[in-house]
Amino acid sequence: MNSLRRILAILMKELTQLRRDRLTFGMVVMIPFIQLLLFGYAIHTDIRDIPVALVDESNTALSRILVQTIRATQVVEFTEHYSSAEEAQNAITSSRVRAALLIPHDVSQRLVRSGAVGMGTPPATDEETSRPVAHWIVDGSDPMIAAAIKGLRNMPLTELFRQSTNRKTPTFEVSLFFNPEQRSEINIVPGLVGVILTMTMIMFTSAAIVREQERGNMEMLITTPVRPIELMLGKIVPYIFIGLVQVAIILGLGHLLFNVPINGGLWNLFGITLLFIGASLSLGLVISTIAKSQLQAMQMTVFVLMPSILLSGFMFPYEGMPEAAQYIAEILPATHFMRGIRGVVLRDATLADIQDDALWLLGFMLVGLVIASLRFKKRLD
Amino acid sequence: MTERIVEARGLTRSFGDTLAVDSLDLSIEKGIIYGFLGPNGCGKTTSMRMMTGLLTPTAGEVEVLGTRLPGNAEKLKRLIGYMTQVFSLYGDLTVRENLQFVARIYGIGARACRQRIDELLAVHDLNRFSEQRAGSMSGGERQRLALAAATLHRPKLLFLDEPTAAVDPETRRQFWEQLFDLVDDGATILVSTHYMDEAERCHRLAILENGVKRADGTPRQLMQEMGVNVVEIEGTGLRTLRKELISLPEVVSAAQLGARLRVLVSDSVAEPDQWLRMHSLLNDAREIRRARPSLEDVFVTSTGRHRE
Repeated sequence: MNSLRRILAILMKELTQLRRDRLTFGMVVMIPFIQLLLFGYAIHTDIRDIPVALVDESNTALSRILVQTIRATQVVEFTEHYSSAEEAQNAITSSRVRAALLIPHDVSQRLVRSGAVGMGTPPATDEETSRPVAHWIVDGSDPMIAAAIKGLRNMPLTELFRQSTNRKTPTFEVSLFFNPEQRSEINIVPGLVGVILTMTMIMFTSAAIVREQERGNMEMLITTPVRPIELMLGKIVPYIFIGLVQVAIILGLGHLLFNVPINGGLWNLFGITLLFIGASLSLGLVISTIAKSQLQAMQMTVFVLMPSILLSGFMFPYEGMPEAAQYIAEILPATHFMRGIRGVVLRDATLADIQDDALWLLGFMLVGLVIASLRFKKRLD
Repeated sequence: MTERIVEARGLTRSFGDTLAVDSLDLSIEKGIIYGFLGPNGCGKTTSMRMMTGLLTPTAGEVEVLGTRLPGNAEKLKRLIGYMTQVFSLYGDLTVRENLQFVARIYGIGARACRQRIDELLAVHDLNRFSEQRAGSMSGGERQRLALAAATLHRPKLLFLDEPTAAVDPETRRQFWEQLFDLVDDGATILVSTHYMDEAERCHRLAILENGVKRADGTPRQLMQEMGVNVVEIEGTGLRTLRKELISLPEVVSAAQLGARLRVLVSDSVAEPDQWLRMHSLLNDAREIRRARPSLEDVFVTSTGRHRE
């Protein structure tokens, strides 16, 4: 009873302080809002309009039609025109363009003999038919850009001669569930919940205990009968509500602006989010008991935040990482939450379907709370 | 025999190589104001923190209200109040909110809490400020709030760490009146200060220097037993006179107070005023008379700072 009263006392105090701290209060709303807009509009994995250069050595009607056909794919945009391959290469080096298309002077002959045109098998030697039509020089340092241009390699050229496309039967039939239009927002918005919660929740709580120390309030608190666990609980409960508000903002706006479906049950969503908020908050508390100043707490928050963004599967698929990175990712609460919330929001998974991740988050939260309470000493030495 | 509230034996605390408190023996009876007098950094705060259980002593032990420290300090925390040297309540909460917070932490029920807060606001003359944020109040007002918060749960033993360090004399006077009221209600108070006039108000006091207790007793006792006589010399050329006198082994200290020179002469000299008159420099017509000893004299003699 008394214990509950003390937790409530700290909780009310935190809420009052938070309400008066205009900047922090504004951040609670503005961080999810702005980051959602930023990431939602900015992050696209399907690449378009890569600036490229054109070196047209043939300069014939056919070469111009070829360029038009490539332009129609919208993958690249010809921003520069050069007369030699060297100039094009210099342009790539000075990053004016990401790639250059070299059209050889005999492009017409190459075209008619090319298998890609599909004019039947011309009477020619293998060497002649296997010659490509033109040549791409690509700045291969960015694999995503390189892959996009490599995608043009097998571009059908039948349209060039106004022939109907030969319908080929694909080897596999692929059915895309849950995101048939392949929009990256659908994958990003639920993941963004994890990133923003990692950032704000750990940041708020990691500063919580340190701030009391910096402002001298701790000396008063530790001469009162308050127990460490009561202090910890009273400090994190207000932030649970804040976290839920942020989730509502991100998913609500994501639904309105980016048409991200919320297929899963709200209770499942509530459950997995609550577990993740709890895990992040208890991690923040542990940081708070280690850091000596708010600046140190902030540095440690960033230390956790970076791998949470890069390794959790938010930006790059978990499966693509080497084994060692996967182990690190498994430690982070964000990784488990990414899987969980994408499951719930996009695939209508229930908590039972994602129980491994849910249990892990629960365990992380409890261990974190215990460590923070044990580390917190009601002494000054 | 009177009840002992605090009983310290050989209490020692070091931080790295520096010895902050060196084997402090202390005995505080119930119902008095006990003063810790000493310059900054003499170990007053460290001693208090050890007695409240905030710091673990390097050596020695202390029994506070029947609880032996180092040991489980938690049950002690309901019985003591501690007013820290630096304001430790919340600047972004109002006076009433701060008091409410403390009351809830001590588990005081809602009704009793409201009653007690109203009472404290009245006693400490804080009614006008009840809805004002603590951070925007003056030093004196803030200290009144801190005292109200420290006494909210009616502690048996109250630790006040330099409570009036940045407070004007008028507020200080009122503050001390409050302390005597608290003692009248049965509390025992341990207060640290570096003001002589404040120390004089204490029932008993201990003089600390560099972590060592130099003297303790009632102010009157200390003044009687300090082993020096006080002589005041009035006249001109006091600066040169002071230099002359301070080199004499019998003179413990000489300090100028306006047109007078206050000289502390060891009591090995039977007639200090006569003895001074015989001194070569004093053959002109200067007025020399014995003066009543003050606590400052005690402080100067016992801390050995007079040779500086």
